[in-house]
Amino acid sequence: MKLHTFHPGGVHLPDSKLSAGKPIVDVGLPHKVVITMSQHQGAPARPVVSVGDEVKRFQLVGEAQGFISANIHSPITGVVKAVGPFVGSYGYDVEAVTVEASEEQHEADVEMPRVRVRDDAAIAAMSPDDIIAVSKDFGLVGMGGATFPTYVKLKVPEGRHADVMIVNAAECEPYLTSDHALMLAEPEAVVRGVEIARKACGAPEAVIAVEANKPDAIELLSRHIPAGIHVRVMALKERYPQGGEKQLINAVTGRQVPNGKLPIDAGAVVINVGTVYALWRAVAYSEPLVERIVTVTGPAMERCGNFRAVTGTPISTLLGLTDAYLEQGSKLVLGGPMMGRAALNPDAPVEKGTSGLLVLPPDMARRAEPEACVRCAKCVSVCPMGLEPYLISTLSRLRRIDDAAGENIMACIECGSCSYVCPSSRPILDFIRLGKGLLRSRKKK
Amino acid sequence: MSELLVVSGSPHIHVADTTDRCMWRVIIALVPAFACAVYAFGLGALIVTAAAVIGSVVTEFMIARYLMGRRAPFVSMSALLTGVLLAFNLPSNLPVWIVLIGSVVAIGIGKMAFGGLGCNIFNPALVGRVFLLLSFPQQMTTWPLPLVNRMNYTDATTGATMLSWMNGGEDAVAGATAHTEPMTLGSFDWMNEAMGAFGGSLGEISSLALIIGGIYLLMTRTITWHIPVAMILGAAVMSLIAGGDPVLEIVSGGLMLGAIFMATDYVTSPMSRSGMLLYGAMIGVITVIIRHWGAYPEGVSFAILLMNGATPLINRYMKPKKVGVVKS
Amino acid sequence: MILLLNQILMPVLVLGVLGALAAGILCLVVRKFAVKEDSRIAQVEELLPGANCGACGFLGCHDFAVQCVKLGGPVGIVCPGAGDGNMCRIAAIFGAEAEKTKPKVAVLRCAGSCTLRHPAAIYSGPQGCRMESIFSAGPLTCAYGCLECGECEAACRFGAISMDSVTRLPVIDEDKCTACGVCVQTCPRGILDIVPKGPKGRRVWVACSNRQRGAVARKGCQVACIACGKCVKTCPFGAITLSGNVAVIDPDKCRLCRKCVAVCPTGAIHTANFPVLESPKTAES
Repeated sequence: MKLHTFHPGGVHLPDSKLSAGKPIVDVGLPHKVVITMSQHQGAPARPVVSVGDEVKRFQLVGEAQGFISANIHSPITGVVKAVGPFVGSYGYDVEAVTVEASEEQHEADVEMPRVRVRDDAAIAAMSPDDIIAVSKDFGLVGMGGATFPTYVKLKVPEGRHADVMIVNAAECEPYLTSDHALMLAEPEAVVRGVEIARKACGAPEAVIAVEANKPDAIELLSRHIPAGIHVRVMALKERYPQGGEKQLINAVTGRQVPNGKLPIDAGAVVINVGTVYALWRAVAYSEPLVERIVTVTGPAMERCGNFRAVTGTPISTLLGLTDAYLEQGSKLVLGGPMMGRAALNPDAPVEKGTSGLLVLPPDMARRAEPEACVRCAKCVSVCPMGLEPYLISTLSRLRRIDDAAGENIMACIECGSCSYVCPSSRPILDFIRLGKGLLRSRKKK
Repeated sequence: MSELLVVSGSPHIHVADTTDRCMWRVIIALVPAFACAVYAFGLGALIVTAAAVIGSVVTEFMIARYLMGRRAPFVSMSALLTGVLLAFNLPSNLPVWIVLIGSVVAIGIGKMAFGGLGCNIFNPALVGRVFLLLSFPQQMTTWPLPLVNRMNYTDATTGATMLSWMNGGEDAVAGATAHTEPMTLGSFDWMNEAMGAFGGSLGEISSLALIIGGIYLLMTRTITWHIPVAMILGAAVMSLIAGGDPVLEIVSGGLMLGAIFMATDYVTSPMSRSGMLLYGAMIGVITVIIRHWGAYPEGVSFAILLMNGATPLINRYMKPKKVGVVKS
Repeated sequence: MILLLNQILMPVLVLGVLGALAAGILCLVVRKFAVKEDSRIAQVEELLPGANCGACGFLGCHDFAVQCVKLGGPVGIVCPGAGDGNMCRIAAIFGAEAEKTKPKVAVLRCAGSCTLRHPAAIYSGPQGCRMESIFSAGPLTCAYGCLECGECEAACRFGAISMDSVTRLPVIDEDKCTACGVCVQTCPRGILDIVPKGPKGRRVWVACSNRQRGAVARKGCQVACIACGKCVKTCPFGAITLSGNVAVIDPDKCRLCRKCVAVCPTGAIHTANFPVLESPKTAES
């Protein structure tokens, strides 16, 4: 059978899934968490606790601000130690709430049993609006990395219709295995979450899109889909950036999302598999999104693996569990190697979108010296948006941002395929980002 | 702060490929054709190639280092490749000093004058070849016959190429060679041409060897199929229109060399797939037009240079289809 | 003779007639399509710096000149690049009086040279302030301070900014600076600011933009404003306020007494053009 994939562009990356098949290890609750207020796209949440307050586990600490924003909850019981700027993973100040638990509080949290609040009948009785309200209240965001608030996605605007809900389990980035591990560990919960999300957005069918390099997950999920529900698993040909929303829609349905429009304009809703699982937990157990699976991996790491950690756990704690040593000149990437961001502060916390921690040894950390562009057209052929990366990159470098805008620079999804394939090691995407930033800051004026 | 971490933009991994390795692969792909050339022309092939390579590399280094003040390695892979390709476009009995002039022009005027690698408009090797063709028409169209006098260099027995023979030998330029015996080995058919039984430039001696190299380049994804296939099809269609034999047209002369190695030059070919198809097809068509109605028996070089000049225009107007752009 | 006539005279005649015809057409076209431009536009433009910096709010120097003519003089518009002398001359073209402007100058609200801050990361990639600030807070501690890549130097059209080779911070040449504000817009950190010059070009400003709490700011940079509030209390004119953990001096209230400079524990308040009597605490001490 010929497997589907997206067109045009794309690149076949080496898999490097070192932690594939490793079971999920529970990190446990930390005694102290730093809960950042901007774990999602859109406006940062507003802290609703102040220093000295006692917060319970799962209590709201940050309230969503504006249309695109998300609630933030505390993963532990404890006392608020600080509210204010904290040096985040990239060195910039971020608003954060620090909560510290006493020994008793910590033990109580650990002992706290998981209580099912809605049985199957109650879930079946929920209306789409109920489900959307749950996803809003419990701070659900896309967990693939883009962290777009889930309730905005599930809420299909008036006059639109979703014919298909796509569950993004492509995990096309090398090294990352957190979605894969989740599907292997909780296939039933994932499938039930999919069914709930499908109901919420009103799509007649849900497709779980998995790349063919995860045959065990495909098999397991297919086995757990009960008869009579409109959910199916679709294997996709491995190709980066298949997990990009627009690319995934194209791979599954063959449709293209018009520029500057949302997936719903192509009749699709795309939700990450981790989010679907979080939705299940939110609906069935009334648990807010305070934990996720994090892949901790790296080419020089012996004990890489998949970890279940609460948001606010310091990154260094996770690295400690794998004996990863951050030597001088190595690189710590939050997310996958293609789209993740390099962090400079290992004391920063895990956030809702932290799908992986990738440690690159010094010999892989630095950029190669760029050479002259030989116009080999490789960047053009791999661009999944049909752009001309060499051109918009050069225009941005020369600050000709009007011309770059004319070449559709804003359509770039920053997948990094162009920089990856460039035989001259040119920082193509860096300059495109610069141009996009300049264009955005000018529009603001 | 503990140990310092490296920060850079994504992506954080990079394909294990460099420009130099791309050039290397092209050079490797030229090995079968070079072996054929050495087999056919013997010493002359070796001398001409060595002269062209040394001339190109030294010229590039001198200009980059002393005129442009760049930190340049002594052997630049791209200059090496230009040298080999230039040699492939020259007859094997060409005096060394002419070869050297050719490589200086190829690198100096064809490439460095525009700013070096990646900035040139025209294929440097072809700039060198056409310069020599116009400056030394006599020497440039005196083709030694293959497989005879292999140990002689400049005073080898010369003969006609198939194309000059086809053109009737009345052309002013080809005239010098037209009166010599056109057929020395076997019968006059495309099989012989493909196997390398006719005279010609070093590189055009065996289409088969060139195709083997081309397959290697396609398999290593150094080039895409668009330009060679479009060029061969363009030439075939045009030759049908012109009333020639398409197969003979394709395997003869430098068409294969041009299609696989010259027209696919990264720097001077278009960026988009559709642009590549147009570019290739136009080269094929122009080649056949020059061959049939032009003053020269061979038109590949001119056709490629013409289309090199049109490449910026093609890039301007034949852009890849942008995803999600809705025509309103 | 006829040959001569034919061979010399005829061409001369033909060419002469052709030339005359062409000249005539040119003459006609010039008259017909002449663009009437007020001669004053050119006069005004002559007095402008021609940097097209856009500080006046118009599309370059020519547009500014056009506006002058439209308004009948530089009424309510000013070219900071031209300076007071040239603005007077521009006003004189229209027989008007130039509005007196307070001379201004750009200052750097950061003094954290590379020796006073700590390395925070190793940046690898294309250089440039804006570029580096996309990916992280920069190679040095303090996410508010200078990135030391010199984009302001490149942006300044009057050559007034140069990067100091030792401190790696931009140095502003106050004689060349026209306070056009291009550097202010260029700086991704927003640490360049335009302040009014006092008498004899004197000025006092806070050379820090760090909005972190005092202890954190101090940890990152030895000369950071730690928002201790000493200057606020000391200022006899109430010109200093604390805003977002940084002291801000209101130039309208400041009387240049320099009492704040003396009390600042980190030497974050800088001065210029004062006679050297009491040496203010310098960062290096």
